Amino acid sequence: MIHWQVILPLFIFLIIIFAIGFWANKQVRNSDSFLQEYFLGGREMGGFLLAMTMMATYGSASSFIGGPGVSYNLGLGWVLLAMAQLPAGYFVLMILGKKFAIISRRYEAITLIDFLKKRYNSNIVVLISALSIIVFLFASMTAQWVGGARLIESLTGLNYTVALLIFAVTVLVYVIIGGFRAVALTDALQGTIMIIGTVILLVGTIMAGGGIDHIMGSLLNENPQMLSPFGSDGSLTPLYVSTFWILIGLGVIGLPQIAVRAMSYKDSKSLHRAIIIGTIGIGTIMFGMHLIGVLARPVTPGIEIADKVMPTLTLEVLPPVLAGIVLAAPMAAIMSTVNALLMLVSSTVVKDVYLNFINPKATDSQIKARSFWVTTIIGLAVVLFSLNPPELLIMLNLFAFGGLESAFLWAVVFGLYWKKANKYGAISSMIVGLVLYIAIYQLSPNIFGMHSVTIPILASLITFVVASIATQSKSTIDSADF
Amino acid sequence: MKLKDARFKIANREALIGVVLVIINFAIWFGFAYGLGSGDPTQYDMIFGFPAWFFYSCIAGTIFMIILIWIAIKVFFKDVPFDDKEEEV
Repeated sequence: MIHWQVILPLFIFLIIIFAIGFWANKQVRNSDSFLQEYFLGGREMGGFLLAMTMMATYGSASSFIGGPGVSYNLGLGWVLLAMAQLPAGYFVLMILGKKFAIISRRYEAITLIDFLKKRYNSNIVVLISALSIIVFLFASMTAQWVGGARLIESLTGLNYTVALLIFAVTVLVYVIIGGFRAVALTDALQGTIMIIGTVILLVGTIMAGGGIDHIMGSLLNENPQMLSPFGSDGSLTPLYVSTFWILIGLGVIGLPQIAVRAMSYKDSKSLHRAIIIGTIGIGTIMFGMHLIGVLARPVTPGIEIADKVMPTLTLEVLPPVLAGIVLAAPMAAIMSTVNALLMLVSSTVVKDVYLNFINPKATDSQIKARSFWVTTIIGLAVVLFSLNPPELLIMLNLFAFGGLESAFLWAVVFGLYWKKANKYGAISSMIVGLVLYIAIYQLSPNIFGMHSVTIPILASLITFVVASIATQSKSTIDSADF
Repeated sequence: MKLKDARFKIANREALIGVVLVIINFAIWFGFAYGLGSGDPTQYDMIFGFPAWFFYSCIAGTIFMIILIWIAIKVFFKDVPFDDKEEEV
């Protein structure tokens, strides 16, 4: 069945996003520095825009669809775990902060890899970084894309292929023509929808459930452990939950799609505002959506498929037009993640691979043409893979988050704050982090009761420090950068 | 060779403030959750309908952190130019 009142708000949302894309394209055509404009939006973002694009890039399908589904089954313990994401709002911007903004301007860096290349002066660092960004983020882009298409499919009743094409055409058009500026502006719209949608659904669910007291009472009757921090089945141990602070809080510094945003804002006032707005935004969404999952249990009992909790609940407790607005939120979350990844993979191919290794002397018009083409081809390739996602891609997507963090976290942090950090440290820690992460994930995911990212992050830290100190005599660094 | 950049001192201090804030955040989150939540769920104290551990750890704790971050930024964070050419020597 097709619910037209639900689809209308979604449709209006898509139209506005198109309009933003065309407007941003004007800026791209009028800019005198194409690369900086297309891939960084001219470093002009203000505080609100920065906060929204950080939040929207970070919040993905899992915050709106997957997460509430897990809360539905595990209870308040999973909301506790989700709150480990709060540091993603302030810690990331405080650590990268002013240092990254100043240094990336000094290095004239457009991408995270630009920064690493000039800091460590090593082509191997560039190659490992580019390869891991392209491989991992291409895979996670495909996963998000599949999620977006599935969501449209379940909301509209269209078949998967048509749903995929609608989703793909919308995203591709505005990203390709508008570049980073379109991505950031649509992120602001999408981020706002994500916050508003969360609040509406939270209020609607509490009302439908007859108040918090009543809902908590029903949960207590069903299974008292739903109210404990340990999860309905006791599986959420303090150690396990605590190690999520590394994966979804602190380690986020190492995600290239997040880090690149920390070099695109205008001035320090923007940074300060973004930290406050972003923390409030991330806090609201992560707390709200995951709590909604728990509250949904007495309101709409017996949902077997976790991913259906959020859409089912929305259609059940809200009037159709409001439901349309709320269901635009996960769509917005998926789009705003996908658009950042597409931009990042494209900038990696154009700036870090093509301009570094293939044609360093490319003219401005060549770069322009290549950028549009590369973005288009990558986008179409993702669509093609999403039609029938290969096993390998699904597996790579599972590695993406932790894999990128294991590879980049220390290279970025030490690159900024430790004078003695050198390329030997960076290369060895990247390799150790990546290999160990994939090995642990494959062989024993929750080794010693911790999330699989914990040991690789610690091991790459130690490797970095030891290798850098051991090779001090071989490297020199311009101390003006410290 | 440039002189040591005074802006980096500010940046380093602000990064340290970030580390301190995250430690406080973790302590509040962990302390209330497992300090108050380890007993029998049927015996929990309830605040505004939520179990007390959840209220303090996830709701009050988050609001407290947001206020603390806001104060830290107003008091300790400094405006600095990002472009090298605007730098005063």
